[in-house]
Amino acid sequence: MNVVVCVKRVPDTAESEVHIDASEKDIDKSRLSFGINECDNYAVEEAIQIKERLEGNVTIISLGGKDSDEVIRMALAKGGDEAMRLEDDAFVGGDALAVAKALAAAVKDLEYDIIFTGALTDDDGFAAAGVALAELIGVPHATYVKDVEILEDGKKAKVGRELEGGLMEYLEIDLPCMLGIQTGINEPRYASFKGIKQAAKKEIALKNASDLGLDASDVGEAGSWAVLEKFTPPVVGEMAEIFEGEPEETAAKLADVMKEKGLV
Amino acid sequence: MKDIFVLLEHRRGEMRDVSVEMLSGAAKLGGSVVAVLLGKDVDEFANKAAGYADKVLYVNDDMFENFNAEAYQKALSALIKEHDPGMILIPNSAQGVDIAPALAVELEAPLVTDITAIEMEGDKPKPTRQYYGGKLDAHMAMKDADVYILTVREATFPADEPSKSGEVVKVDNPVSEEIAYRKFLEYVEPEAGEVDITQSTLLIGVGRGIREDKNLPVAEELAEALGADLAASRAVVDAGWMPSDRQVGISGKTVKPKLYLAIGISGAFQHVTGMKSSEVIMAINKDPDAPIFGIADYGIVDDLFKVVPKLVEKIKELKGA
Repeated sequence: MNVVVCVKRVPDTAESEVHIDASEKDIDKSRLSFGINECDNYAVEEAIQIKERLEGNVTIISLGGKDSDEVIRMALAKGGDEAMRLEDDAFVGGDALAVAKALAAAVKDLEYDIIFTGALTDDDGFAAAGVALAELIGVPHATYVKDVEILEDGKKAKVGRELEGGLMEYLEIDLPCMLGIQTGINEPRYASFKGIKQAAKKEIALKNASDLGLDASDVGEAGSWAVLEKFTPPVVGEMAEIFEGEPEETAAKLADVMKEKGLV
Repeated sequence: MKDIFVLLEHRRGEMRDVSVEMLSGAAKLGGSVVAVLLGKDVDEFANKAAGYADKVLYVNDDMFENFNAEAYQKALSALIKEHDPGMILIPNSAQGVDIAPALAVELEAPLVTDITAIEMEGDKPKPTRQYYGGKLDAHMAMKDADVYILTVREATFPADEPSKSGEVVKVDNPVSEEIAYRKFLEYVEPEAGEVDITQSTLLIGVGRGIREDKNLPVAEELAEALGADLAASRAVVDAGWMPSDRQVGISGKTVKPKLYLAIGISGAFQHVTGMKSSEVIMAINKDPDAPIFGIADYGIVDDLFKVVPKLVEKIKELKGA
């Protein structure tokens, strides 16, 4: 069972302040830490677990600059076998469909039974590249996947999709296929020290647009149907009444409101 | 302006709210609104949709009894080719995201997902969506095309009262071939836990800001002092720190307690959807721009590990008094 996993390096903004930069099309990333996109981390784990159960190999693909190597190497350290990084100025600014075109070109000569992507990304949250990729390469797909079981003949998988309210939809899908993996499907492992040392020596195949047989006008912003015009701070409703002061004071004020409202 | 197609969503015998929301929103964009409905025995939904649409196109077929992305894509692409709409609105739901990107590739149509607003520039939509978990609005521009596909976040448009009486047209299933690659098996309900948080009067929502499961007692002490139950954001459940029956949000539970106190929760849309109807919302978060403060009534911008222990003391004092 050969699995390809598409991963993305993203800034960790969940617990950090996000500031729009001067271009209005990007954020100031100078003070942010970066790491693997959260869903992708689960996708890597799922791929490695499948390899451990059924043998085969795991190929990690990422579209991004040199910095993405750290994310790729971490996936290799956990059990990935091979890796490819897609880098070209022409790839910059691509929407989900443009990214899918680059990924489609990258997987075309690989032998795979399953392609995993994260169901969505922490940065733009398009939740579209994986399903678009499946359509481009002509394989069936399912996304928001939170359970994968390869059926005995290795030609089909039983897949659980997470719907609203936590309801699971189970379906059977032919392999090869593309599955968009949702967080919480497994418990991602940490890389071992030995794994990290071995991964440091592995080759990451570098491919640009022409290596992939892509015209620069087909990918990146030029090849996108939708482009980001500008960021603005979100429109919020009426802001909360914010209590100022030391923890002692703010906690007291919050507790007083609880009392007033009859909650204590 | 060409017609606007709106794909209605239903599951297990119920039309989902987003369907009427999208029809209501589409009616304000300019073109004729055509509700598109795929299902089995969905005449009742078709008639309901007619109250919000200029026309309803619907298919009754066993193939659409349960959702199947392949069957949906084939049917939609056939209907779109036949009727030539200028825009297609699809719910940004677990169903919608499983269809829209593939449909966009097939039709070579521009796609913007998870939109939260639309303005029109002539016949072309200019959608707004969010990046970074709701921390920024992104204004998107689309290239000129024959048809634009947008997936619409739930609760983006308010649902109007029915005011139209659109023509209801039952059409033959445009899909003649067998759906070979993907087969629906069953729905499985989430497991019930020891506490039903939808019944709780007071809830403490615990988010990523708790950082490690060994810090959970900080929240537990607060819950105990207040007599509240613990709820969780997705991140906390995914990490395995709390069971999934405590999860609040789109893929978890919808709660309406008297008090929802969010600690270390940034307030991404997915979570907020499940708790925004709480009577009083309080939030403690160190990021002053966290979206949770836009929905909360009262907030403290600070480290939860500094504030929560003090809050426990104060609550105990008040209770003792």
